[in-house]
Amino acid sequence: MSQEAWQGFVGGNWEHEIDVRDFIQKNYTPYDGDESFLAGPTENTTKLWDEVMDLFQQERDAGGVLDMDTDLVSTIISHPAGYIDQPLEKIVGLQTEKPLKRALMVNGGIRMAVAACKQNGYEVDPEIVNIYTNYRKTHNAGVFDCYTPEMRACRHSHIITGLPDAYGRGRIIGDYRRVALYGVDRLIEEKKAEHAGTQKTMNEATIRHREELAEQIRALQELAQLGKIYGFDISRPAASFQEAVQWLYFGYLAAVKEQNGAAMSIGRNSTFLDIYAERDLRNGVITEAEAQEIIDHLVMKLRMVKFARTPEYNELFSGDPQWVTESIGGMGVDGRSMVTKTAFRYLHTLENMGTSPEPNLTVLWSTRLPEAFKRYCAKISITTSSIQYENDDLMRVYHGDDYAIACCVSSMRIGKEMQFFGARANLAKCLLYAINGGRDEKTGEQVGPKFRPVEGDYLDYDDVVSKYRDMMQWLAEVYVNSLNIIHYMHDKYCYERLQMALHDEHVHRWFATGIAGLSVVADSLSAIKYAKVKVVRDETGLVTDYQVEGDFPKYGNDDDRVDQIAHDVVEVFMKYVRETDTYRNSVPTTSILTITSNVVYGNATGNTPDGRRAGEPFAPGANPMHRRDTHGAVASLASVAKLPFKDAQDGISNTFSIVPNALGKDAAVMFDELDLDALGVDIQIENPAPDCGCC
Amino acid sequence: MTVGTEKNVRDVEVIGRVHSTESFGTVDGPGTRFVVFCQGCPMRCQYCHNPDTWEFARADGTGPGTSVTVGELLERYERNRPFYRTGGITVTGGEPMAQPDFVAALFRAAHAAPAGRIHTCLDTSGATYSAAGAARFSALLDATDMVLLDIKTSDPARHEELCGLPASHALELGDELARRRIPTLIRHVVVPGITDSEEEVAAVGRIIGNWDNVVGLDLLPYHTMGKPKYEKLGLEYPLKGVPAMKPARAKELRQVALAARAARRAERGR
Repeated sequence: MSQEAWQGFVGGNWEHEIDVRDFIQKNYTPYDGDESFLAGPTENTTKLWDEVMDLFQQERDAGGVLDMDTDLVSTIISHPAGYIDQPLEKIVGLQTEKPLKRALMVNGGIRMAVAACKQNGYEVDPEIVNIYTNYRKTHNAGVFDCYTPEMRACRHSHIITGLPDAYGRGRIIGDYRRVALYGVDRLIEEKKAEHAGTQKTMNEATIRHREELAEQIRALQELAQLGKIYGFDISRPAASFQEAVQWLYFGYLAAVKEQNGAAMSIGRNSTFLDIYAERDLRNGVITEAEAQEIIDHLVMKLRMVKFARTPEYNELFSGDPQWVTESIGGMGVDGRSMVTKTAFRYLHTLENMGTSPEPNLTVLWSTRLPEAFKRYCAKISITTSSIQYENDDLMRVYHGDDYAIACCVSSMRIGKEMQFFGARANLAKCLLYAINGGRDEKTGEQVGPKFRPVEGDYLDYDDVVSKYRDMMQWLAEVYVNSLNIIHYMHDKYCYERLQMALHDEHVHRWFATGIAGLSVVADSLSAIKYAKVKVVRDETGLVTDYQVEGDFPKYGNDDDRVDQIAHDVVEVFMKYVRETDTYRNSVPTTSILTITSNVVYGNATGNTPDGRRAGEPFAPGANPMHRRDTHGAVASLASVAKLPFKDAQDGISNTFSIVPNALGKDAAVMFDELDLDALGVDIQIENPAPDCGCC
Repeated sequence: MTVGTEKNVRDVEVIGRVHSTESFGTVDGPGTRFVVFCQGCPMRCQYCHNPDTWEFARADGTGPGTSVTVGELLERYERNRPFYRTGGITVTGGEPMAQPDFVAALFRAAHAAPAGRIHTCLDTSGATYSAAGAARFSALLDATDMVLLDIKTSDPARHEELCGLPASHALELGDELARRRIPTLIRHVVVPGITDSEEEVAAVGRIIGNWDNVVGLDLLPYHTMGKPKYEKLGLEYPLKGVPAMKPARAKELRQVALAARAARRAERGR
C-alpha cells in the first residue's frame, strides 16, 4: 500500500522511521518565481465561501454564537459527519454535525463549560454537570485541590494572571503531516512498539508514560474512525494531493474536537503538501485551479474552527481567537529556500476569499528568501494586513528548519518539542510589591512575603533593585510552582492524547513562562536611577503614588542606559525561574508578548514610579510605553532587539502599528527612470516581532 | 577628504545645529533612511508643518536645537545600519543649505564610512542658494547623491508672499543640479485656493521639463497636521480656514503637471 502512495518520491530514512523532515528535504521543489502562476477561486469556492459568509453573518446576528452542544461531550468520534454544502466541498470535516455549532468540551473544567453555554443562552444538560462534578474529575478541579493559599492570593491580586487552570492550555502542535505521509495504521504500529518498549521498572514516570501511550493509541484508532465517518480510509497513506490535505486536516480536526486550547496551531505544512501537489501536477492528475481550490477549501475550514468560551476569556484574549497558526516559508539549513508554490497558494487564499485573521498565516522571514516571494508577501500584506512575520534567521539557529509557531511566537520543532503554556507574571506589580514589602498597592493586603519596605521620601536605586530581586525570586517560585500544579493536572485530566500521538515518544518539553510590564519596569528603574522619584504614602504607610522630578532615559529610544535595565530584568527573572524545579523536567523559557491582555494587566496595577497612572494599560509585549519612544521606529525596535533571546526563547513581541503613508511613497511618485528597487521598504527586526492576541 | 588646508577640521568633528533625528524615515528619499532635521530656516512658508524648526540658534550656542557633531550622527546611523540597507541618510530641516559646510562634512563622512558608503540625500528649498554664490555650496553638492527639491510656487509674483523669499533660489539651484546631473525629485505642496490651479501645476511641469535630471514629481496634498505646533509655539496659523487637499485631486493635478512637462521636453527635443 505504501509503495503505491509513495510512488515517485525519493526514498530515504523517512521510509524506515517516522521522519517527516527527511521526506520533505529529499522531495520538495523550491520555487523562486513570482505569483503569476496562481489561479483565482473556482466557481465552487466562491459559492461555498458565500455560504460560509452567510453563516458568519447569522452567527453575528445571533449574538456571537450560532448554536451550541449542551448534551453531547465532544470526542474525536462523538459526532456524525457535518458539511457546509457537501457536493461543493473538496475538503470535508467539521467539529460538530453542523457548521459553526460549538462543541461541548468539559475536561478542562465543567464550570467554565457551563458558564460558556449559560452566557450564550444555553444550558448544559444537568446530567453532564452531575457526572463531571461528582463522578469524573476535571483539570480545573484538580488544580484547585492543590493550589496553596499564597497561589490563590497571587491569582486574586493579579500579580500572576491568565493561568490556564480553567481552560485548555493549548500551544501543542501535533505533526499532522504524519497522518498524510504514513497513514494511521503505521502510526499506531509505531506507538504500539513504543508502548511495548516501556516494560521495565514500574515507577510513577513509567506508569504515566505507558498510560499516555495507550491513550495515544486509542486516539489514533478514533482518528481512523473519524475518517470512516466521512467515508475515507485514512489508515493508509494519502495517495494524492487532495488526500494529503484531507488526511492532514482530519488529524487537526480530531485535535480541535477534543481540545479547546488557548492556541490550536496547525504547524508548517505548505512545503510538505507541495510535494504532493507537484507530483499530481506533473502527472496531470490536477490542474493549478484544482490545486488552489483544495488549499482554499482547507483554509476555509480553518477559518470555521470555533470554541465555546466565556466573555471573560474573550476579554483576556481580545476577541474569540483560535490561533490556527500556519508557518510558511523559511530557509532550510542546507541554504535552500523552503518557499514552494504552495506557500504562494496559502497566501493567495487571502485574495481568493478575502482577508481573515484565521488561520494565522505566518511567514518565517529570512533576508535570503526569494525576492519574488518577498514581494508577494509585501503585496498581500499591503492589500490584506493579514500576514504575520517572524524572524527565521533567528529561530533557525535554535530549532533547525522543521519548526513551527504555536500561537503567535512560540517556536517548536514539530513532533519533537511541546510546551507547557504558562500565562505570565506581572513584573511591574512585583516592583510595587518590592517597594511596599509584599503588600498589594491597591488593597494594602499582605500578598507577598513580609520583606522590609522602602524607607524615606526618595527611592534609592540600589536599595530598590536589591529589594526587587528578592521579590522577583519569590514571584518566580510561586509562579513556577503554580504552573507545575496546572500542568500536572492538565496531563492527568485533560491530556492532549491525539496531538501527543503525533509526536515522537520522547519529546522535549518547554516550560513556557511569560512576563508582563517590562517597559514599565525598565522606565521605572530608569526614573529612580536617573531622575528623582519621591514616594507618596497613604495613612497606613503604603506607597500609592510617585512624583518624578527631572527627566530620565526611556526604553524604546536605543539608549543603552535604560535598555540595559530591561535586559537585566529579563535575565534575572529567568535565573530565578530556572532555580525552581519544573514539572517533568521541562526546560524553562519565557516570553515577552502580551499583546492585548496588557490592558487587563495594566488595569490591575497601581501607579508606577515611571509616572504611569494606576489602571493605565501596559505597553504590549516588549514594546516601549506609549509615546515614550521619540526617536522613530528603528530606535524603538533597536531597544527591543537588545532583549536576550536566549532567556526569552518563547518569543519577544513588538506590536508595530504604522499608518500606510508613513511606510513610504507609492511608486507613482517616481517617473520610470529610477530603479524602483531602491524604494523598497525593508524592515528587519532581530527578534521575532509579530502581533498576537492569545497572550 | 578635507585634509590639506590648515583651517580644515576633520569631517567627523564638524558641528551642526540639529532640531532632531528620525531613525525610521520612509518618505524622505529612497528606502528606509536616517533623517536629520536641521534647526533654522530662512523661509516662512504659510503651509509649513515644521514651524518649530524655523528659528536659528544664537551665535553663543543658546536657543533652539542641539549642537551635534557629524561623528555623533554617523554613530547613531551605524547602530542601526542593517535597517538602512536600501536607504541611507537624508538631511532636511529647517533648511540644510543654511549649514552647507556641516552637511557637506556629514555627506563626505557618509561616503567614506568605514562600514560602507552611505547614500546621501538633501531635502531642500534652495533658500540660501544663488548662482552668484554657488561656490559656497560646491563641496556640498559634490557629496550629494540625490536631492529632494521643493518648488513652492511657479508664480514668481506670489512666491515671496507665500514663503518670504523670491523664487530665484530654488530655480537657480535646479539649474545647477541639472548641470551636475544629480538625480532630483521635485516636491510641490498643493494648497487649496493657493497652489492648486491647473495653470500653477502646469507651470511647475514646464519648469521641471527644463531639467533632465528630474526623476520624479511628488505633489503633496496640503494637510493641517502642523496646526497644533503653531498653537504650541504661540504663532498665528497663517492658513486658518483652508481645508486639507483631497489626495485624489492631487493625483489628477499631477497628471496635468506631467503633461506640461512632456510638452516642454518635446519642445526641447527630449
